[in-house]
Amino acid sequence: MDFPLFHLDFMGNRLLVAIIAILHVVINHSLAVGFAPLVTFLEFRGYQKKQVSPEEGAAWDETARKLLFTAFIITTTVGALTGVGIWFAASLANPASLGSLIRVFYFAWFTEWIIFVLEVVFIMIYFLTWKRSNENPKRKRKHILFGLWLSIFSWLTMAIIVAILGFMMDPGSWINHKTLFSGFTNPIYFPQLIFRTPIAMMMAGCIALLITAYILKRGNPYRPGLLKHISFWILLWTPVAAAGAFIYYWFIPRSMIGNLPVALGTQQFQDWYDSLLTVMIVVVSIGFAVSILGTFAPRRLPKHLLFIPVVASILFLGTFERLREFIRKPYVIGDYMYANGILVEEYPLYQQTGLLKNSPYSSVSEITDANRLKAGEEVFNLACTRCHTTHGVNSVVNRFERMYGTENPLNVEAMKVYMKSMHNVRYYMPPFPGNDMELDALAWYIQHQQAEPKPLEGPQIKGVDVKEIKY
Amino acid sequence: MINAVITQIPVPKDIPLPLPLPEWILVAILIFSFLLHILFINLMVGGSILTFWYEWKGLKNKDHDKLAREIAATITVNKSLAVVLGVAPLLSINVLYTLYFYSSNALTGNMWISIVPWVSVAFLLIYLHKYSWDKLAENKTLHLSILALGVFSFLMIPFIFLTNINLMLFPEKWGEVQGFFSALTLPNVFPRYFHFITACLAITGVFLAVYFGRKSYNTESKFEHITKADLQKSMLTLALAATGFQFIFGPLLFLTLPTKGVTWGLFWVILAGVTVAVIILLQLWKMIKQNETIGRRFYLILGLFTILVAFMGTGRHMYRESALKTHKTMMAERTAAHWEAVKKAHENVLMPSVQTGEGTISPGEALFKNNCAVCHAANTRLVGPSMAEAAPVYDGNIEGLKQWIKKPGRKRMDYPAMTGFPNLSEQQLTDISNFVLQKDWN
Repeated sequence: MDFPLFHLDFMGNRLLVAIIAILHVVINHSLAVGFAPLVTFLEFRGYQKKQVSPEEGAAWDETARKLLFTAFIITTTVGALTGVGIWFAASLANPASLGSLIRVFYFAWFTEWIIFVLEVVFIMIYFLTWKRSNENPKRKRKHILFGLWLSIFSWLTMAIIVAILGFMMDPGSWINHKTLFSGFTNPIYFPQLIFRTPIAMMMAGCIALLITAYILKRGNPYRPGLLKHISFWILLWTPVAAAGAFIYYWFIPRSMIGNLPVALGTQQFQDWYDSLLTVMIVVVSIGFAVSILGTFAPRRLPKHLLFIPVVASILFLGTFERLREFIRKPYVIGDYMYANGILVEEYPLYQQTGLLKNSPYSSVSEITDANRLKAGEEVFNLACTRCHTTHGVNSVVNRFERMYGTENPLNVEAMKVYMKSMHNVRYYMPPFPGNDMELDALAWYIQHQQAEPKPLEGPQIKGVDVKEIKY
Repeated sequence: MINAVITQIPVPKDIPLPLPLPEWILVAILIFSFLLHILFINLMVGGSILTFWYEWKGLKNKDHDKLAREIAATITVNKSLAVVLGVAPLLSINVLYTLYFYSSNALTGNMWISIVPWVSVAFLLIYLHKYSWDKLAENKTLHLSILALGVFSFLMIPFIFLTNINLMLFPEKWGEVQGFFSALTLPNVFPRYFHFITACLAITGVFLAVYFGRKSYNTESKFEHITKADLQKSMLTLALAATGFQFIFGPLLFLTLPTKGVTWGLFWVILAGVTVAVIILLQLWKMIKQNETIGRRFYLILGLFTILVAFMGTGRHMYRESALKTHKTMMAERTAAHWEAVKKAHENVLMPSVQTGEGTISPGEALFKNNCAVCHAANTRLVGPSMAEAAPVYDGNIEGLKQWIKKPGRKRMDYPAMTGFPNLSEQQLTDISNFVLQKDWN
């Protein structure tokens, strides 16, 4: 309502956010949160082995350094930028929501920032002083200690951001108190953390296993030992990850029932939920199989097949993130703001007086027969474009065609009846926020879009219409 | 017919949540953390330009190639700090100028979001360049091209930030711009840009003078001919020259500022900064002329630079505040009026609705309208089949109908499956079913 609304009419805003966010989560969990302790552990084992066999110790140390090199390059480029990118993309996709969240979570994000600065400083020290740390044992011990600090701070950055994610799904008591602490103590917080931590460790193991298998040649005498250790690392974390996932899986509906008419959406929810269970079982089994093979017969590990657990664990995480997004609907901030960026509290006003009248970014105030399609387009822009496109991903025309079929042109009256009460039967949809005239214009616009498809360009291309509002 | 386009000023309403801290603290955090962020950005951009310059010259003089490599080692560290230190000012500008910042982001959205992949790629190129120095020793053209791409990116990306931060100050232009490139041509973006790039070179010169001048830095083991004194002198000369150029770009920037935010207070702050800059120039000049090493005079210069940057940072904020002052007031008034209207709208909802001539409706009919009518009409197909077609199926079988509404299956393959209503109570199901079965749908 109060922002020019960035819109991508093919891919949709949500996909843009999803791509950036999932990329970031995968890199953060596996290459930062998980890699730091794993690399430190391997370095420590190398240091121990050095006492007995200097050559073996050196080989371990070098492998650990190479693993860190990969993580260092990726986390300080794509990892860091996608982290900032989530903000960029989210503020484009739903400015009202991010603007509100930042006011509530300023301190959390500020703390996050301080820890993040320390994390970056530690990873630079840890990586850039690696070679020099091999000069003497005393330096090495200090270096390993830095690895430990890095591990702690990497985990802490995740622990804080998860509070914000948890809050979006279930504001718990926040609605009443509007304080930061209530966001932190929301009921989803601990289940999420318990789930994400071992997943991060497991994913780090899978990626380290893959990299090690490729960088060490088959004849290398230390290869089996290293593969075995990393496999064992995965084997240790897999049951924890399975348990964590199950706890999360168990908690979600129980704590969400309070603020969602889940009963209405049981069918849709159950479908998702079942697919989640399947994904969980498949991924955990793959993790187990690979890690058991690697632990007991590291020589037999086929290196090309090691891509499978990596891809599987990424899918695993992706499914959970998708579910998290699914659960919070129809809200973007539970019970406070709908996914369209409009506050629950503002609804009566807009439904009585209309959206267009209240938006500075629409040229239309009064709907007439002459401007009906233009008005419909603007209503669509204000009420629908945070999630829907005209003909691209999650296309509004396609949604209706799937319900009504394509034999006949879309029926304006039917769509009006549907949109007026859709929130009663499609619980993930927010109620229509405008008045009846606007509903009518929107239905005509959608019908017209079906008859004569015409992409709707966002303000980043065509600019915005501005009008003065009387107040 | 009027041909002139009259642009209106959009007056949106503010986010109805309080600021997390008193405004002045947020402003202090914003200015301080932004200057820290921009310091490392300066070093990253300036460092990469210098690396390119020296590696280019290194084609003829091996020493310069080595020098380039020494400078390159600083870029990757500075760039990581630059990114991480950018989060605090981003957070603060988000919270202080939510409406302005997000609006300009959206209006230049495609370029704005391209920062993410573009900077990632630029950083990867810088790493590739750094770690392929030995491997590509024989193929300098390729090695230099990698760096050139990185430097080019570093030179272009500031345009995106500057365009955004400039556009947010002028809500009256929001209705006019059409995408990034038209926003880029608003007055003031280019003078700001040159001011920034020149600052990068000046700051990098000062930084490298310290970096190469430090006691533990041994030039003899690294270079054949270049001495510590040479290095310091060239870096300080760079700082001097770049600071001198600011006396062209600075006034240009000030003169192209749209007048709406220029105040006498701003003028005096900028003038104070300029005075400091003059002293810096004189001191740098003396230092270079007398071939001084890093000592008291240099620390004085560092202190003066800090003061200069603080003045300029404050000036920048003052301009922003006064440029947006009127609009902020308008926005606050509109927000207050809006929430009054919201309150009234809530009262309207609570008032008893006007009686229609149809009289009261049965609970079953009301439930039907809310839940079923979305998909079922009397005689036409909507999402589901018409009631005229569907109701007779359960003629005399009320229990069957109730069961179906609660947990439907799928009967007609050319229709989507029906949503279940397990949330309805036994009584509600009975009411709906009675209504459906008793009504004559034809």
